Formats: sequence, structure tokens, C-alpha cells
Amino acid sequence: MAHSARRDAPELPDFSLLKRLARDQLIYLLEQLPGKKDLFIEADLMSPLDRIANVTMLKQHDVDKLYKVENTPIFSTCDQICFLIRPRIQTVKWIADTVNADKAAGKFRKYKIIFTPQKFYACETVLEEQGIYGDVSTDEWAFYLLPLDDDIISLELPEFFRDNFLEGDQRWVTTGGSALHLLHSLFGPFSKVYGIGRCAKMVYESWREQVEESEQKAQKSEIGNVFLIDRDVDFVTPLCSQVVYEGLVDDIFRIKCGCVEFGPDVTTADKSMKVMLNSQDKVFSEIRNEHFSNVFGFLSQKARNLQTAYDKRRGMDIKQMRTFVSEELKGLKQEHRLLSLHIGASESMMKKKTKQDFQELLKTEHSLLEGFDIRECITYIEEHINRQVSMIDSLRLLCLLSLTENGLLPKDYRSLKTQYLQSYGIEHLLTFANLRQLGLLVEQQPGDALTAMESKVGKLVNDKTAEKLTGAFSSLAKKSNFRALSKKLALVPKTGEEYDLRVPRDMAYVFSGAYIPLSCKLIEQVLERDGWTGLEEVTRMLNGNEFVVTASHSGADARFKTDSQRIILVMFLGGCSYSEISALRFLGREKGYKFIVLTTAIINSARLMEAMLDNHV
Amino acid sequence: MAFVTANWNPLGDAFYRKVELYEMGWSLKDGLRDCHVAAAPYGGPIAVLKESQRCSPSVRPQLDIYTASGMPVAAFPWKSGVVKQLGWTVGDDLLCVQEDGTVLVYDLFGSFKRHFSMGNELVQSHVLEAKVFHSPYGTGIALLSGTFRFILATNIEDLKLRRLPEVPGLQGAPSCWAVLSQDRQSKVLLAAGPDLYMLDTTACTPVIPPGLTPQASSIVHMAVSFSYKYLAFFTDSGHVWMGSANLKDKLGEVETKMKTPPKQMAWCRRPKGQQPSVVVMWEKNLLVAGQCQETIQYHLDEDSVLVPEMDGVRIISGSHHELLQEVPAACEEIFKIASMAPGALLLEANREYEKESQKADEYLREIKEQDLLGEAVKQCVEAAGYEHEPETQKMLLRAASFGKCFLSNFRPELFVHMCRDLRVLNAVRDYTVGIPLTLPQYKQMTVQVLIDRLVHRKLYPLAFEICRYLKTPEYQGVSRVLKHWACCKVQQKEEADEVIARAISVKLGETAGISYSDIAAKAYECGRTELAIKLLEFEPRSGEQVPLLLKMKRSQLALSKAIESGDTDLVYTVVTYLKNEMNRGDFFMTLRNQPVALSLYRQFCKHQEPETLKDLFNQDDDHQELGNFYVRASYQEGKLETRVSLLQSAVDEYNKAKNEFAAKATEEEIRLLRFQRRVEEEKGERVLGCSLHDTLHCLLTLGLHKQAEQLYKDFRVPDKRYWWLKLTALAEKEDWEELEKFAKSKKSPIGYLPFVEVCVKHLNKYEAKKYVSKVTPEQKVKAHLAVGDLEGAAEAAIERRSEGEVSLVLSRCSATTDRTIVDRLNRARAAAAKK
Repeated sequence: MAHSARRDAPELPDFSLLKRLARDQLIYLLEQLPGKKDLFIEADLMSPLDRIANVTMLKQHDVDKLYKVENTPIFSTCDQICFLIRPRIQTVKWIADTVNADKAAGKFRKYKIIFTPQKFYACETVLEEQGIYGDVSTDEWAFYLLPLDDDIISLELPEFFRDNFLEGDQRWVTTGGSALHLLHSLFGPFSKVYGIGRCAKMVYESWREQVEESEQKAQKSEIGNVFLIDRDVDFVTPLCSQVVYEGLVDDIFRIKCGCVEFGPDVTTADKSMKVMLNSQDKVFSEIRNEHFSNVFGFLSQKARNLQTAYDKRRGMDIKQMRTFVSEELKGLKQEHRLLSLHIGASESMMKKKTKQDFQELLKTEHSLLEGFDIRECITYIEEHINRQVSMIDSLRLLCLLSLTENGLLPKDYRSLKTQYLQSYGIEHLLTFANLRQLGLLVEQQPGDALTAMESKVGKLVNDKTAEKLTGAFSSLAKKSNFRALSKKLALVPKTGEEYDLRVPRDMAYVFSGAYIPLSCKLIEQVLERDGWTGLEEVTRMLNGNEFVVTASHSGADARFKTDSQRIILVMFLGGCSYSEISALRFLGREKGYKFIVLTTAIINSARLMEAMLDNHV
Repeated sequence: MAFVTANWNPLGDAFYRKVELYEMGWSLKDGLRDCHVAAAPYGGPIAVLKESQRCSPSVRPQLDIYTASGMPVAAFPWKSGVVKQLGWTVGDDLLCVQEDGTVLVYDLFGSFKRHFSMGNELVQSHVLEAKVFHSPYGTGIALLSGTFRFILATNIEDLKLRRLPEVPGLQGAPSCWAVLSQDRQSKVLLAAGPDLYMLDTTACTPVIPPGLTPQASSIVHMAVSFSYKYLAFFTDSGHVWMGSANLKDKLGEVETKMKTPPKQMAWCRRPKGQQPSVVVMWEKNLLVAGQCQETIQYHLDEDSVLVPEMDGVRIISGSHHELLQEVPAACEEIFKIASMAPGALLLEANREYEKESQKADEYLREIKEQDLLGEAVKQCVEAAGYEHEPETQKMLLRAASFGKCFLSNFRPELFVHMCRDLRVLNAVRDYTVGIPLTLPQYKQMTVQVLIDRLVHRKLYPLAFEICRYLKTPEYQGVSRVLKHWACCKVQQKEEADEVIARAISVKLGETAGISYSDIAAKAYECGRTELAIKLLEFEPRSGEQVPLLLKMKRSQLALSKAIESGDTDLVYTVVTYLKNEMNRGDFFMTLRNQPVALSLYRQFCKHQEPETLKDLFNQDDDHQELGNFYVRASYQEGKLETRVSLLQSAVDEYNKAKNEFAAKATEEEIRLLRFQRRVEEEKGERVLGCSLHDTLHCLLTLGLHKQAEQLYKDFRVPDKRYWWLKLTALAEKEDWEELEKFAKSKKSPIGYLPFVEVCVKHLNKYEAKKYVSKVTPEQKVKAHLAVGDLEGAAEAAIERRSEGEVSLVLSRCSATTDRTIVDRLNRARAAAAKK
């Protein structure tokens, strides 16, 4: 069932180099504190660290015990303590408390804080304010990029989204720039950079500055083009229910760092099991991009093939048997194991997803995307809220409604919010404030007020400084314009035509043929046109901030379309979903590109909504 | 050819020559008599201090600094204590070692830089003797104190004083001593009468030079070579002993027949030289003693000073400056009388060629026959490098160029580089510049250092031209020179800020690698804040401007620049700075105009100082955020009363923000909380903090229908929600009787399908069936299916003549057990199709 890829598709660069670099640097940093030490690791760094270094390696470099940072007093007998953390104020504060408690108890230890991927001045200020600046040494582990798969690299910074788009805190912009710079220095030079979004522009500038400051060496380019896109350009896509296998696994079981934990209901054993999901898993790599309805058929076909392969044994002589055992059996067993796992997972998903509820949910989503029967959708959402079906899902539907309808009617806006508060409590007043700020859930404005606001912002934008100032807050004035965009870019295929999900004809297949992800469509259009010309109206509706820059030195190279020109790095600022990755893979196969997805984190609708809750921090 | 060899003297197999570098431009009254003189190696500057100070303390001696050609650079009266020794550092700073152990550091232009002490004990015991020495670790100073102890500092930039161990039985000052640099440490070698000791930081070891003549009873003078590899002694018997510095090998010994101790002694050897020698100087004569036991004698007219170099010895006297060195092999080959070396022949050939004589061809043929033309060209080029007279250089280069014409594959680099180097060397050797570098010295020192020295002497145009001429990469070359120039320029107090800023920007323009902020920092250091700000304007990287702006207390400007740079750490630095510098009100006002900084600070406050956050919102009259703030605070609060009062504040703020919705919602929350408390008090059930929905659910499951009813009315809960709630709660409790009553109480706003479904969910088909009949026709099929009544479903579907529903029922039927139903449905379908 795997699609026949275009024969001339270029090879992807080898990103395992990134892991080696990160590992070597970590070892170096650990060696900076010679002797036995206990290592405290920030909880959400555990999984990424797992991908880089195992416990044995840490032990080899004198790490005695490993602990998770849990914001509780520590019990360690070691006289050297090393903290491996994200540069977050509350963690640093906890460390300060720990150190001060030790001091009060008369314990003398050596402390070292390793910030990753970089330290922030604010963290150091906390150390200073808490009076322990001199007691700890600090370092930076420039672990910017974690390759999750052959074509996915993640910054593993879920807070990027909230900090940047909601709080207007631009501290991660440089991080994004540095990440890009790292890729550029290893796999560049990039010959063309496209982008859309304010943050994309800033990341681009930060990267540009870093390139100018560093020495450039001539090398063969492995990545030709880069596309930077802000998450707030397209909120609709990540808010839709995912129906492609990989996305669905993420929605239901939550994939963490390319690894998923299947519970007993999937493994049919009595304990749960952690499974790596990437292209190494042959079964998974064939079904990950498939629409869910095809997966079962595929798996059973696979099972039959496997059986045939096993059956070959019969009628073998001893010699043949020996080669079979030594060469094939192991692979078959492995495949067998994976197959049974994925079948288990599919069954479990099937149980949840073929239910009436899910079908109705999908139907509502599709109606919203198409703009049909909005009243009915609202009734459905109301019922969803009233019955307390799911706090996150209700919120997601509300946002989807607001985004596709350019805001809610004042009456609906109030009543839906009231009902939601009745169901889930007053603290969601803050959630709604956040959603409003981001433009995810807003009230329809009478036409005049909005244009006035827009022109006001527009005036400010002329000034370079002002542009940056208003940056974070522009979302206040943002209209989603989804309907118009959808029409312009033909995002919603005409209804009535039968869509054969087994033979996808466009990227809409990732949403059962109901909707082509806006983000991916933009990428397709820009690559096709080699820029933004002809998309003026679209970019205007997306609040502008598009750019395209051709590297000055590429004059000679540009004449022939080298392989690297067809390798495109897409950087999602604020995260992307597995469905988008699947859509891009599809686009790549169709057009002979290879996409590499660089994202600040993998998101799905639930993660996006959870980031909006205020008790989150 | 005779004129070239005129100043040559044979010494063993080699020749020595004394070349005049300059006629000194200074006007010294008594020459160098009774003067402290210090001349830096590599053709460095000369410092001269008259020694008359001891005779009449009232007369202040003059300290003069000259270039190597005797051009005055600086002069100032010496006002400090008694100077024991003058010396130059590797960075062209003048060191003045005083009797009391204080060392004063002056720059090339005589301005005081700093001072340091070589130990407090010296204030009492005084310095007897001092030596300034250079090693790979920098410039060092060694002292002999009045108590005959040695104190040593290897690098004055990183001052670490080492007091060397005592020499056993040393009663008086040693007759002579020297500093050696061996095994990565500095040592002192001293002679006390017949004994010789090596002092390092830990021990004092007696040593014996191998093969020292038995006639000698004591060593009166010693000299270390420039490279610290060789050592020479002068004994009281008049012998000069030469050997390796580790005292393992002896190179030779020469008898000078002079019994008076020399004034100065220095090694004179060149890399790859054949005949190393020691130059010994007395009052009136100079002796070059070679390893071969031969000597050359020179007469001295005036008091002179020897300056050892890596490839010779410079002799500075009151009127002249000369270089004494072994004639390099290439020059010797070419210029030696009657030399038949290829280079000599080529030179001759060229000379004949210039005379347009056919002899040129003969000479050339002779070289070519031996196949030595390449060798000849190389020799000429090399020799040119060793010659000081531009005329001689030109002659040799012309010959080389002539020879080159007859070679097909001679690589041009050698010739081109030599021309280029010579051009630079001739330029710096010029009288006005006065740096008499030889080619090997220049190579050793590198262009970078030469540029540094020129810059240091403020010879910017020359340095600039050299960089341009040698095409030095901008960052190391032109930009560096310009930066120094600009830093010097900003110190010119007499010129107006405007003028200087414009001059600098015109000259520097967009040159790569120029840091305007460095120049501005310099300007600020000189007290020219306005100029500094003007200069900062030219800095393209706004991030670079921030630290200096802060230093100059232009904090507002610094903040906008930091934001412009996009570096949040920088913004934060400024914010913290402002927070400490300004009063709170001004600080908040400043932040208000800078949203990026404001949001950063808010993030920080959220964790560190929640109260400040509130003040911040207050200042901005941001009632919406204040309301949110109180709501957030309320749900982190455990006590009901505080919670309510916080929410009350939130209501006030929301009202001010004209956010009626939020105000109303918050008011309701307060009411709910009060209600919950009442329930808790009356019924002892924990419902505090639950949402309205959860509270209702809780009440209903507990059977507190009256309270639930009241809540439903008070909060105007939509009927639908209430029915759903009650339905599920009753089903959960499996209170089927109550459920039935409830179903009959009123017409259900949610229909009756949910009743069916909920009952089925709780596995009570019997109850479920009771509600099937009440379900609206549209949902009948579903209801029948839910309770598993296929027949009923089929009937309903057929009745409704709905194609979709028929298929739905069909899909649930199994072909074997439900034969009849399937048939009926199919029939109905067919009938429908017919119509």
C-alpha cells in the first residue's frame, strides 16, 4: 500500500550527527565537574535525554544517581550535585531553595547547573537575588535539536508556543535562530528562505545575524530551501481531530519524543510497553501516513504475508532451514511483534473511534470547516459542554467554531462561555481571556471597530521598532478570515464527490478528504510559485509578514537544480501536528521534494488547548 | 664590488661586518656617558636617563625616549626615586626599576601607566642590581636585594613574585649574574668568586663550567645569548669562555689579554651562522671573540651600548647606531672577492648586461652550463634580503630578475615576496620611523606585531598603507589600525565632538570588523559622553550599544536599543538595571512604553514577585488583567473568606474594565461558593470549589433534590443541562423509580432517547424499554436498536420509509439468526425502490 515515490526523490541528510554532537558536549560538561555526582534532570528533559545518552553512558562519567526534578526537597548524600534543566525561573528558584536549605543545615556541596539549550539572564538574576550566585557554577548545553526521525527534528520546547504567542515573550526567538544556525552550519548553506509570520521574521533575522558573526566555510549544501511558518498563521489545522494513523496514535496515546507507551489493553499483556515510533519500525513506517480506515486492511494483509513467510519453513531441508533461521527468522519475529502491537493499538483506537460519538464529532468538525449547518453545530457543542463530555474537546470545538466563523455572535459567545463555566468552573475565565488574546475564541466585531483597530496597528507597523512592539499583541486585532482563505486556496474540496481515502488525490486525505491543511497548502503554493507573488490577497488575510530571501552567493548554483534544492526544511514556530507532517510527506511524494520538519514541539489539539489553561503555569 | 666588502672582517671561516644603521638624530651633550640607557630589541625605542641624580638631589634628571634613529619621542623630568635599571617590555612599555623595589611603567610617549612593587622588603634592603629579561612568558624582572637575595617575576603582566633560595655562604654581592630561561622556568646563574651557582625557585645548585681554564680564579662577567641557549663568561684571567647554557658543552675559549672587567658583553650569532661569537666591550675598544679563537678588534670613540639581537648586536653610541653581525652566507658567496658562486656570476652578468656588453652572455653561459641559474637567482634574492642599502638591494634584485628571464619554470613567489618584504622593511627603517629591523627579525616578529608597534607609535598612515599593501585581511589589518586611530582621535580634547565624530565616520565608514562601541567606550573613558553617544549612532549592531549606554546612564535609550537587537537577555539586563536605578513609578512608566520589556518583566514577576505584577497592572489601569489576577489568586487560596473577598475585588475590576460578562460570572461564582458552604455546613458534603455542574451532580447523586432544584432555579441552569444531569445522576444511583417519576414530571427538553441510552449504559434493558415508546419518530430506530430490539427497529424503519435507517438496521442483523427481519427489510426496500 506504500505509495510509489517519485524515483528521483533526493536523499535526506543524516541527522544522527546532531545527536553525536549533543552527546559529546554533554560528556564534556559532565567532566567539568570531576568526581562522583548526582544528576537531577528536569522532568520534560528525561525523554529527550534518553534519545541522546543512556544511563550507562552517564554512569561512565561519574554520575552516581539520577533524579527527576520534582520541586520537593532533595535527599542526596552526594557532595556534588549537577542539575540539568530548562532555563525556567521556577526551577532555578527551586534549586536556590535547595542550596539555601543545605547551607542552613551546614552541608557543603558543589553545585553545577547545566541549562539547555541556553541560559537566560533572568535565571541568573534569580540566583543572584537568592544569594547563591557564587555557590553554583552554570553552564550551557547547546542541545538545540533532537532528531525524532529521518525527517523530523524537534526543539522539544513546548513552552515556545505559549511564551511567544500568548505572553509576548520573545526569549525563544534567539533559540530558534541558533537552531537554524546549527543546521545551516552543518547542512547548509541554504540558498532560499521563505517565511510567513512575525516570529518567523524575527527568527530569520536572528539566524542571519549569527551567520554574519560566524565564519563561513564552503561546503556542499545538503538542505537547499527553508520555509519558516508561525503557528498562529494556521490554528485551524492543529485543532482538527487527527485521522491519520500516526496522528491518531498521538491524539489517543500521546507520543512523547517519538516514543509511545501502549497500555495493557493494547499489548494484551499485563503490563504496558514503551515503543519507539519511527521509520526503523517497518510496520509503522508503512502505515503512519495512512488514513485510519485503511490501516486495518493493511495490517491484516501484512499478517497474511507474514504467515506465508513463516510457512516457507515447511518443506525446507536442513540447509535452507539454517539460512532461514539465521537470516530471516529474526526479522520476521521482530515484524511479528510490531505487527501484533500495531494491531492491538488499532483495535483499541477502533473501539474508541468508531463509536457514534466520534463520528458525530467528526461530522461537526467537517460542517464547521465547510461552513454548513452552523446552528446545528452550535447545538452539538452546547450538548457537548452540558454533558461534560470532555473539557479539552469542548474548548477545541469552541475555538474551531470561532476560527471558522470569524468569531462568535455576541449572544452565542456569552451563552457558550456561561455554559462552559458552569460545567468546568470559574477559573476558565482566565482560559477565555487567553483564548481571546490569541484570537482563538473571539466575539464577532461589528465591521467598523475592527478596521479602525487594524489601521491603528498598521500605522504603527511602519516604524521598525514599533513593528516589534506590536508584534506580540497584534493577535488582538487578528481576524482568522478562514472562510475567505478557504475559498481562495480551495482548502475544502467540493462536497458530493466521493473521496477514495485509499488513493489520496491531495493533502485533504489527512482529514478524510474534508480539508487541506492551510499551513501545508501555503507551503505548496509558495514552492510552486517560487515566492509569494500572486498570493498577495492571501497574505493580507494572514496579516502579512511574508518574506522570501535568496542567498547572494547562490548565483552560480542556482543554474542547475541540484538535489539539495529539492530538500526543504520547514520550520514550524509554535509546533506542528503529525497530520501536517503526513500531508507534507504526501506533497513531497507528489512533487519530488523531500521535506524535513523542524518544529519547536510536536503538538495536537489537546496540547494546544492545555497550553491555554491558566493553571498550566 | 669593493665598497660592499669594505666593512667586512674575517673571523675564522666567516666574515663579520659592521653596518651603519643611522647617524643619531639626538643631541646629547656628553654622549652616553653616565647614562642609564635601555634599548628594546627588534629595533625598539631607546630610553636615556642621566645618572647625575646622586650628586645633587635637587637637580631633576631628564628622562628621554628616542626612536632607534635618535628621533625624540618623549621627554620628561624624572621626579620619582633613584632608578636602578631601565628596561622595555615586549609591548613597548618602559619599566623603571627604583631602588626601593617599585617599578614604574610608562608608555612609549612617557605617560605614566601604572606601578607595582617587587616586594616590601626592598624598601629596607634596597635593590642592588636589576635586570629586565624577555622570555616566551612575557617580560620579566630579576632583582638582587641588599641582603643578597634574588627576587624574580617571570611576567610582569601577571605578577607573581618568587623569592629564590639563599645562596649558602654568600657574604657580598656576587661578581656577576644572569637570568636564564630553561625548562619552562626562569633561573638565575650567579658567580661568587670562583664558585658558580644555579638558582631556581626551589634550590641552589653549585655548577662548574666544563673546561674552564685553570688560570681563572673568578668569573667577572657573563652573557646569555638571545635564545637563552648559549652562555659566555669573562674571567679575571682575561679569558672568554663560551658554552651551552646548560653548562654541559664548551664551544671554545679565547684569551683576550685584557684583565679589566668589560663594561658589557653580548652574544653575536645568527641563525644558521657558522661562527658564533661574543662581543666584549670595554671603555675604548670592542672585541669580537669567535669560537675559532680568533678575534676582531674595533676601536670605540665614544661611550657605547650593546643591544643583542637574534641575528647580531647593535652598537649605539652618542653619534652612531651600528649593526655588527656575521655576514650571511648568501651575501658572502656573492660579494666575497673573486667569488665564483653562481650568484656572484649572475650579478656580474647583469652588470655587464646593463653596460650592454656581450660579456653578459659569457657569464650567463657559465652559470647555465653548470645548471645553476636557479640557484643563482635564489642566492641573489636571498642576499638582497640581508642588505641594508636599498641600492645594493636593487642591484641584487635586478640581477635576480635578469636571471629569471632565462628560466622557464621558476616560481615567482620568492622574488615577489622578497620585494614586498623589503619594501615594508625599507619603509620602517626610514630615519623618521626608526625601526631598524633585519629580515630575520621581521620574520620572527610577524607583520601583525609590526603593525601593532606602528600603531603604538601612532604611525597610523604607515600602518594603514602597509596593511593595504600586504593585503592583510581587514579584520587583522586595516580595521584594527583604523580602530586604534579612532581611539586616539577621540582623545584629542581640542577638537569638537561633531568634528571628531564626522571625521571618524568618514574614515571608518562601513569597514568590516570595526566596533564603534569600542571607540565610543574609549571616548566615554576620556569623559566625552556626548561624543560617545554620537559614535554609538554609527554602531550597526544595536546590542553592542547597550552596555555602554547603561554605563553612561542613558537607560531609556539603552532599553530601546536592547529591544531593537532582539536579544531578550539584553532587554532583561536593562530592565533589571532600570529596576534598581529608578523609582518604581518611573520604572513602570518606562516599561509601559516598551511592551516587549514589559512582558518579559511580567513573566519574571509571575514567579518571583506576584505583588509587583499587581502594582504593574494598577499603574496601567489594566482592570481586565487585574480582574484576572484576582481570580487567579482566588483559586490558589484555601480559605473561603479570602477567596470571596478576592473574587469581590475581581468583580470590581471587571466592572471597571466594562467586562460585564466576567463580572457577572464572578458574582455567580461568589454566590455558588456561599451556597456550597451552606450545603457543606448543613449536609456535611464536600462540594466547595466544584463547578456548578459538578455541584449539581453531587447534590443529585446524594439525593438532595431540593437543594439541586434551588440551584437550578437560582442559577438559571438551562433545562437541557439539568435534565441530562438528573438523568445521569439517577441512573448512576440506579434509582429507576425516581427516574421514571422524573421522566413523567414534564416533557423532556432533551427527548427520551437519552433515557433509553443511559439505561442501556447501566445495563438495564428493562427500564430502557419503558422509554422507547416516548422517543420521537425520528429517533425511534436508534432507540429500538439501543435496547437490541431489531424487530421494533425494522418496523420503525419501514414505517418511516427511510432508506438510511433500513440499511442501518440491516447492518446490525446477522444473516442467520435474523432471517425473517432481513427479508422484511429487503422487501420494504425493494418496494420503496419501485415507487
